[in-house]
Amino acid sequence: MSDSAGQPVIRVVDLVKRFGNLTVLDGVNLQIAPGETMVIMGGSGCGKSTLLRHLVGSIQPNEGYVDLFGQTIADLSDAELDETRKRFGILFQSGALFNSMTVAENVALPLREHTDLDDETIRVIVTIKLELVGLREAADRMPSQISGGMKKRAGLARATALDPEILFYDEPSAGLDPVTSAEIDQLMIDLSKKLGVTSVVVTHEMDSAFRIADRMAMLDKGRMLKVGPRTEFEAMRDGPPTGDDTNDLIRQFLRGDPDGPISHRRRSEGYEEDILEAAGQ
Amino acid sequence: MPLSAEQRGLIESFGAPLIKSLRYAGGLSILIGQTLTVTFHGLFTSKARISKDALAAQMVRVGVKSLGIVCLVQGFIGIVLALQLAPPLATFGQEATIANVIGIAGFRMLSPIFTAIILSGFAGASIAAELGTMVVAEEIEAMRAMALNPIRFLVVPRVVATTVMTVLLSVIADIMIALGGFLTSRLLLGTHVWYNYWSNMRKQLDNSDFATGLIQAAVFGLLISAIACYEGLKVRGGAEGVGRATTMTVVYSIVAIVIAACVCTMVFYVYEL
Repeated sequence: MSDSAGQPVIRVVDLVKRFGNLTVLDGVNLQIAPGETMVIMGGSGCGKSTLLRHLVGSIQPNEGYVDLFGQTIADLSDAELDETRKRFGILFQSGALFNSMTVAENVALPLREHTDLDDETIRVIVTIKLELVGLREAADRMPSQISGGMKKRAGLARATALDPEILFYDEPSAGLDPVTSAEIDQLMIDLSKKLGVTSVVVTHEMDSAFRIADRMAMLDKGRMLKVGPRTEFEAMRDGPPTGDDTNDLIRQFLRGDPDGPISHRRRSEGYEEDILEAAGQ
Repeated sequence: MPLSAEQRGLIESFGAPLIKSLRYAGGLSILIGQTLTVTFHGLFTSKARISKDALAAQMVRVGVKSLGIVCLVQGFIGIVLALQLAPPLATFGQEATIANVIGIAGFRMLSPIFTAIILSGFAGASIAAELGTMVVAEEIEAMRAMALNPIRFLVVPRVVATTVMTVLLSVIADIMIALGGFLTSRLLLGTHVWYNYWSNMRKQLDNSDFATGLIQAAVFGLLISAIACYEGLKVRGGAEGVGRATTMTVVYSIVAIVIAACVCTMVFYVYEL
């Protein structure tokens, strides 16, 4: 590996992304060390999915840059970016399996396309990967014939097919029942602890976040409010409100409280006028 | 001189659709360019592998499954041609040349154009819906993220299969039109009309009549499949976007087919083909 120990495997520097007039990411900084599990949290529309898309090179920033394995993504040619992409895997929110292929074919696809392995070896690897996520019996089923949780597990098997150095997870527990969600969490922990894979998880499920994270990052309205070890976030969650806006906002999010700075922000001015205007019409 | 609001409105009402059309044509050209590049790399170098299975599957889907409807439609075209042509030809006492006219009209124009229009609905719309659904399900993004090129993986097999199958179906369409015309003449028109039908047609038609029809079929097939892939890949916004893509594929395909037919015919005319 070219990455020496301690060097961050992902480095996000002053990232700014605008869609038209809307600033989705506003000067985001983040560093992720090899082998750690980083959970990026935030409410809907905070920009966490956009951040993830920058990390994997799907979209390019307006300002700032993202380094992956010490290389700036924006400077890579398409061919170089493809080479880099073979070193990481992504689990998409819906699993994003190819619906025209069986589960086993889905997992085999990156191996078929990116390696020179013969069919037999590929079959063996696919069986191992499917066993890892507990889906061996579903190998020959089509994606339309399996449940949402199974699709995610199959997606995870596919994402790990090339033994990636980084795994990105986009809302891994969204839409899953608590048990399946916990199973996915356990898989993520296993992959990270046993294989030393660096994991980047975008989620708003707090139970899951606290189960898997080494470090956490809180994104709000395109700004990085806080990055720190899980213990710091746990202390914030369990401690009393401090009166500091940022602290209380994160605390409200972590606890899922209905009342706090996030809800206050939503209460806009001019309610009476709106009511009167509506009544006058 | 500053323009009045009215003048500006007038310019914009012409300019906006023009810019939109140019942008569309530009995007489509880029897609076709990339597709051809990957295809030729696949054919002549080992740089880009094109899956034979995928190609065969697409050929079956585009060609074999639409064979029946192509035969049906083109057979009826032959019947219509014969019945429409017989009375005006009779006024000149030229009913015996009905095969010559059917041959020219059928082989040079009607066979490729109707085959292409059928395929735009049959194959084009379903390709657009298929790729659009893949976009909505994040499959295309997953593909890119897995360092798989959607052009090579999805577009090339569909474009190559559609282009090849449009040509092959056009050959069958030629036969069906000629056959439709013959059967109509045999059953409904006089002996003097059908007696020399096949020999007249053979005498009238030369290789260029056959070839120009098939060249056009290839061009139409390329356009239909490229438009379908383009529409499918630029789907945004869920199921509604997929529906719009399928409709627009058929609409733009038919417009493109007719424009391409006109351009091809001009070229053939100039070179006396």
